[in-house]
Amino acid sequence: MSGGAFMAVLRRDLLLAMRRKSEVLTAVFFFVVVAALFPLGIGPELNTLRLVAPGVLWVGALLSSMLALQRLFEADYRDGTLEQMALSPTPMPLLISAKLLAHWLVSGVPLVLLAPVLGLQFDLSADALMTLTLGLLLGTPVLSLVGGIGAALTLGVRGGGVLLSLLVLPLFIPVLVFGAGAVEAQASGLGAEAHLSILMAMLLPAAFFSPLACAAALRIALE
Amino acid sequence: MKSINWFHYAAPQNFYGLAGRMWPGFAVLATAFMLAGLWLGFAVAPSDFQQGEGYRIIFVHVPVSWMSMVVYLAMAFWSVLGLTFNTRLSGMMTRALAPTGALFAFLSLWTGALWGKPMWGTWWVWDARLTSELILFFLYLGYIALTSAIDDTRRSDRAGALIAIVGAINVPIIYFSVKWWNTLHQGASVSLTKGSSMAEVMLWGMLLMALAFWFYTVALVLYRVRTLILQRESHATWVHQLDEVKP
Repeated sequence: MSGGAFMAVLRRDLLLAMRRKSEVLTAVFFFVVVAALFPLGIGPELNTLRLVAPGVLWVGALLSSMLALQRLFEADYRDGTLEQMALSPTPMPLLISAKLLAHWLVSGVPLVLLAPVLGLQFDLSADALMTLTLGLLLGTPVLSLVGGIGAALTLGVRGGGVLLSLLVLPLFIPVLVFGAGAVEAQASGLGAEAHLSILMAMLLPAAFFSPLACAAALRIALE
Repeated sequence: MKSINWFHYAAPQNFYGLAGRMWPGFAVLATAFMLAGLWLGFAVAPSDFQQGEGYRIIFVHVPVSWMSMVVYLAMAFWSVLGLTFNTRLSGMMTRALAPTGALFAFLSLWTGALWGKPMWGTWWVWDARLTSELILFFLYLGYIALTSAIDDTRRSDRAGALIAIVGAINVPIIYFSVKWWNTLHQGASVSLTKGSSMAEVMLWGMLLMALAFWFYTVALVLYRVRTLILQRESHATWVHQLDEVKP
């Protein structure tokens, strides 16, 4: 019963995203453009680029996921879908987690797939590319989950977009530290397992608690 | 034994009077402890054999850093109370705490930079504790920005309470980060298990200053919450009957 509702919301959100491709693609192209700007600003020296690559790609992923976050609940808030979700017999956190999963599939997965290609531009080794992709695979869901709380809190608020960045970016810092740190640890021969394990340790509680917090925040916004 | 009815003071009307009676006392205590702490710190405590006179900023830096974390925990505490018991006063307390906490976080960063320059030769390092303090400062700013962007007081209190609780996860990370990443920042000087590695006079000076900042916070928050109560209850009859409000 509730599993069906979960799948229905997931399918609906994915379908909506497919119908409005430009919104998804904007965030992805933003990521590509930001990654291309850094070599132009820093200089084409490959040794330097290799050093800054993990940080640059992670910050780019962070910022581009911020762009996508603003639209996470907005359309549903305006047309009343969220109110129906709040009233439905299916637990709201479950429906919200379907929305968050759809959001990650649409905005997070493209970043994970693109990162190794962009990493090539920064002359990262195959090993480092592998770690970067794995780190993003574990880290980007955390961005969607934690960012969702911020998106729910700033729903329909004056200056929501800027406010959302101010609220959410500080909370992203641990993910950034360990995500970019994983690539550096791999490059320096320490191995990235510890960093990736910590990313996983952030993902699991976030996956459990974030839908609950999002639902609470949405109920506050819907009052 | 007659138990105290805590919910009596959950009503802004009753708390207004209580806060009015309490804050001057705390202000006096804060001044007394601060004078004593400064006297101990600057006149009595000997100069450090490694750091010379420069270390004396510890009497401001450490208490201020402690308070910046304590105030955030206090905000989280009032937020949990507010969300569970649905009391209006809790939201006002959280809001009254936020500016003071932001000030402490800023002062902690500032005094840290002033201390770091002569000791480490640099204003800023990307060390775990410094970075966490910076994040804490951002969290305060985020809380203040969110609550002031929402006009409806009930929604802004509840939204603020939620973000305060989410951010409170950060406070233990700050504290334990010293152990997680072992970097430039000197280890904790005060520990409950091993006793302190500091001279006793210095420790006393620091504790006096910490208590002084504590009382300062309480006095200021009580004063600020009175203003908030007046602002929000301005439609109520009891407010118009107050001596200080009557024209």
